[in-house]
Amino acid sequence: MSNAPANLKYTKSHEWVEKLEDGTLKVGITDHAQDLLGDMVYVEVPETGRNVKAGEECAVVESVKAASDVYSPVAGEIVEVNEALADDPDTVNKDPYGEGWIFRLNPTDAEEWKKLLDADAYAGVAAEEH
Amino acid sequence: MPFSPHTDNEIKSMLDTVGVKSIEELFDEVPAALRITDLDGVPDALSEMQVARLMSERASENKQSLCFIGAGAYEHHIPAAVWEITTRGEFYSAYTPYQAEASQGTLQLLYEYQTMMAALMAMDVSNASLYDGASGLAEAVLMAIRANRGSKSRRILMPRTVHPHYRKVVQAIVKNQGIVIEELDYEITTGHIPPDSLPHTPGDIAALIIPQPNFFGVLEDIDALTDWAHGNNMLVIAVVNPTAAALLKPPGQWGKGGADIVCGEGQPLGIPLASGGPYFGFMCCKKALVRQMPGRIIGRTVDMDDKTGFTLTLQAREQHIRRSRATSNICTNQGLMVTAATIYMALLGAEGLRRVAAVSHANTAALMAKLGAIKGVSRVFNRPYFHEGVVKLKHHSAYEVLSRLSEHNILGGYDIKDDYPELGEAMLICATETKTANDLDEYARQLAQIAGQKTSVS
Repeated sequence: MSNAPANLKYTKSHEWVEKLEDGTLKVGITDHAQDLLGDMVYVEVPETGRNVKAGEECAVVESVKAASDVYSPVAGEIVEVNEALADDPDTVNKDPYGEGWIFRLNPTDAEEWKKLLDADAYAGVAAEEH
Repeated sequence: MPFSPHTDNEIKSMLDTVGVKSIEELFDEVPAALRITDLDGVPDALSEMQVARLMSERASENKQSLCFIGAGAYEHHIPAAVWEITTRGEFYSAYTPYQAEASQGTLQLLYEYQTMMAALMAMDVSNASLYDGASGLAEAVLMAIRANRGSKSRRILMPRTVHPHYRKVVQAIVKNQGIVIEELDYEITTGHIPPDSLPHTPGDIAALIIPQPNFFGVLEDIDALTDWAHGNNMLVIAVVNPTAAALLKPPGQWGKGGADIVCGEGQPLGIPLASGGPYFGFMCCKKALVRQMPGRIIGRTVDMDDKTGFTLTLQAREQHIRRSRATSNICTNQGLMVTAATIYMALLGAEGLRRVAAVSHANTAALMAKLGAIKGVSRVFNRPYFHEGVVKLKHHSAYEVLSRLSEHNILGGYDIKDDYPELGEAMLICATETKTANDLDEYARQLAQIAGQKTSVS
């Protein structure tokens, strides 16, 4: 079973969300997702300043097997993107919950992220797919 | 690949398996009102003997005319080896085989084609070709909209000096996708887009299209146009003649930043004139935009034993992987035409292609000088040009003059009055390297007899 840290929130579409102290949310794809996709060859990050809705596709992770959309877990404005992924997309494979983050957003509703899945619920979602 | 038709027994066994009595029954769910029972205007079948007779009669009506029509498709000398090699069984296929395990020869050829095109255009990347020049420009517009992420307007600037057919095809393909094509008018004495006529604050526009040479054969001020577009956050789409690119500054070196996307018609590279096709479109781009590029891209790699091999690459852009989010639905190419073009370029080499371009220009310049001296005929534009020029007729319609010339076995040019009524009775004329000094003299002599007469000849 892939790991899903307990301090993070998750979506059914395999994004993780980390609440930062300044109220913004850091987003990436889960260890389970990177494992399914395989070696990353390209990550298309969103533009900063873009306003996204919950569930809106805003990034693309492309592996040797497939290209997948990454969806915004909650509504908000993209305030920072991980530019380093342009040169080292495999960071998403090596460190999905750390250096492999994809974007940071300022949520419209400060509470919305609390409704996302916790680690146990996400583990259930991931397990069902097998 | 052999084609094996089904036998009656096989068909019966398949129908039995799915539990229907006839092939007709498979179409039961299509309502009778929607079924076509006969094909209007399609004659009954003929026997092979009858068809052979009919076609040889039709073929005998063909004439070997002296052709001075360009307007997007050009008569160039094609070395005999080009189609001798292209039509060998190893290459001759209606479909491009892409399986790396079975098609290394084809894939290597496509890779070499891409390398040649990228070098000719001074661009980073080429795809394995598109359908033709016009649809290639439409794909370039769609690509520019995707790639210019700073632009939200879905507006594209297209000069009226772009081929009229290309403009129609682009409109047909992009208009229902919320993309607005805004036309830029040209200067009527020069036949080009003067950079100082461009707006200082054009607003949010995704891309500027720059033709080189343009439809009139005239050279655009590519450096100034490119820099203006980049200065206003637009991408630059170059639509160019590949023969001309051998002689002129390649699109990758236009202005300070170079064109971003380059496309055009590949027919001049070894494809004969044939009732509009099949031809092929080419497309190149900067490396930074390659993931937005439509079409197939062949890459070089090594296999498990470290031997060089060729394979499709960057397939994650394509519809069989990305489904509805694919970069383009174009996942095929004009493989056989590209095969001919690659052999053509390999046989001529860079120097040979430059000479084709230079002689074509020299012939057109000589012809324009002769025609401009004829009473009743005048040159229309005063800018540098490649291998086409526009002349205007004083006493006759272009249609009339072209009809009369064709009676003398001369295809004298392309009537541009419908597309550019402001130019009057004007025709676009091309002389490639295939024309001799005698051909040019003959054309001038015949035109002088027709166009010089003040009264109507018809």
